[in-house]
Amino acid sequence: MALLSKKDTNLILDPLADNNPITIQVLGICSALAITAELKASIVMALSVLFVLGLGNVVISLMRNIIPSKIRIIVQLVVVAALVIIVDQVLKAFAYELSKTLAVFVGLIITNCIIMGRFEAFALGNGVWRSFLDGIGNAAGYGIILIIVGFFRELLGSGTLLGFPVLGNPIEKTGLYSIGYENNGFMLLSPMALIVVGLLIWVQRSRNKALIEEN
Amino acid sequence: MSDKRLTFKKRLHILKHHYRGKKLAPAFNAFHTFLFSPDETTHSGGHIRGADDLKRTMNTVIMALIPILLFSMFNAGYQHYAALNGFPENFSVLNDFLTWDNFWIGIIKVLPLVVVSYGVGLLVEFIFAVIKGHEVEEGYLVTGMLVPLIVPIDTPLWMLAVAVVFGVVIGKEVFGGTGMNILNPALTIRAFLFFAYPTWMSGDKVWVYQGMERAGTPDAISGETILGYLAQNNASEFSYTVSDMFFGFIPGSVGETSAFLILLGGLFLVFSKIASWRIMVSAVAGALAMGLIFNGVVDAGWITETSKFYGLMSFDFWKHLIVGGLAFGIVYMATDPVTGSQTNKGKWIYGFLIGFISVMIRVFNPAYPEGVFLAILLMNVFAPTIDHYVVRGNISRRMKRFKDAVIIPKDTDTKEASIKVETI
Repeated sequence: MALLSKKDTNLILDPLADNNPITIQVLGICSALAITAELKASIVMALSVLFVLGLGNVVISLMRNIIPSKIRIIVQLVVVAALVIIVDQVLKAFAYELSKTLAVFVGLIITNCIIMGRFEAFALGNGVWRSFLDGIGNAAGYGIILIIVGFFRELLGSGTLLGFPVLGNPIEKTGLYSIGYENNGFMLLSPMALIVVGLLIWVQRSRNKALIEEN
Repeated sequence: MSDKRLTFKKRLHILKHHYRGKKLAPAFNAFHTFLFSPDETTHSGGHIRGADDLKRTMNTVIMALIPILLFSMFNAGYQHYAALNGFPENFSVLNDFLTWDNFWIGIIKVLPLVVVSYGVGLLVEFIFAVIKGHEVEEGYLVTGMLVPLIVPIDTPLWMLAVAVVFGVVIGKEVFGGTGMNILNPALTIRAFLFFAYPTWMSGDKVWVYQGMERAGTPDAISGETILGYLAQNNASEFSYTVSDMFFGFIPGSVGETSAFLILLGGLFLVFSKIASWRIMVSAVAGALAMGLIFNGVVDAGWITETSKFYGLMSFDFWKHLIVGGLAFGIVYMATDPVTGSQTNKGKWIYGFLIGFISVMIRVFNPAYPEGVFLAILLMNVFAPTIDHYVVRGNISRRMKRFKDAVIIPKDTDTKEASIKVETI
């Protein structure tokens, strides 16, 4: 017996590629540009959104029949704000340096369009288990782009991955740096994140022509 | 046996038919038309063949750049030896500047920049033409020549190659290739280099050959640009005369130093009607206006000598035109017909703001000792907006004239009988 039905599997797999929240729906761009200069920050951000969106979808789905339609946005905001505060406090307690790097962007998860979008579009009209899968899937789709962008930006911008110097030491001129290689400072600036995301979109669309809109 | 009598040209024509419809056809055609005129004629309708096609336009700009390239090769050596041995006394152009030693430095430093710029850029163009199945466009001919002229001489070749790939792909190909780009590709490359590798694009070591190589050793040499001195409030430390600045015997990016040759090139471009004189004139006016404002601030005593802006603010307003890359940017970059304004009135606004903002960035942002490339890129982005409002303004003005127009019927002689035209 399969753990997930085919329909349920698609809830997780679709947002990873063909319906990716960042590269296809172009949501949640601000945080994708702002915090991806380091791979570690990208991973933590991805996990935070995974937690908030997975749990948030479950909570909203549970309450979907008792939330008055007129005030549903306020209810959604309360749920997501509560979850984000939990994430923020956990980060401050156990990873203080990292929470300083992420700064205001943890708090801004509240305004991440992906989260409100999934609450509105999915959790309000679907059961708990499917909402959970949808939340996990979309957060994973968001996270995977963050991690790819963070990987390239940290590797090319600082020559490190997760803080480990993988290309050698730029000051003592070891490894790649001994033959004249230099870190690309532009990679650490937000405009380059936009360009990297753009390149990802380009690659994805040229591999799957069905994604290109008519215009 | 007749094969032997075939000329090279004929062979290429035959090969062309062989390549037709194949994947590599664009690459072959580019090579073919680079050497010979194609042997094809159009079969439908009547066509007028213009002499000033894209290739001719590009070649004219290249011609205007050749003297600057040659000068820059001599200047590369001159600056190197001047940094090494001090400036020669009783400087004479023939004995101290146009020497084989100086030119040799140019050959080993400037020529590789040109080769890498063209090689990498054309490779990217060829790859895109083959993938997208269109003909190779001539768009890179000018960019490829501009790029080596606007980078510091010590720029490592691999950095230039990376920047050229970035500039051609992100600056041009993603928008649809030649003629569709929003940003000037050469300046995109310059901006990429500046933000990616700032240590190689500013400071006092990069403007002379071996400056970076010898940094930190007892043999260290340096050549600070005039703007660099001024940004540090060290106006008294350089001894360049106005004629040095005008003729270009000063350190700077490879080809930007000689305002004289740039002026000649600019005149050539204006008289061959390749570049817009409106943009050039208004950009000069903009730079002078901003310079005058700053000079006025200093004269009025609003800032003192201790201010960090004093050096650049007190610099004579007209000298801004002969130092740094302003002249080069105005003549060769701002006038790019693709990225600049298209309307005549728009050109005045566009040019003026380029000059104005360039000098403003120079003075107010010591982190960017030269702001020309930023100013031009900024105005590139605004050029379509300027054009839009110029066109809208023209339409509404003519609409108003049309509404107010009074038509006197021919068969009556009384003006009272005139009809007010209703709006359409």
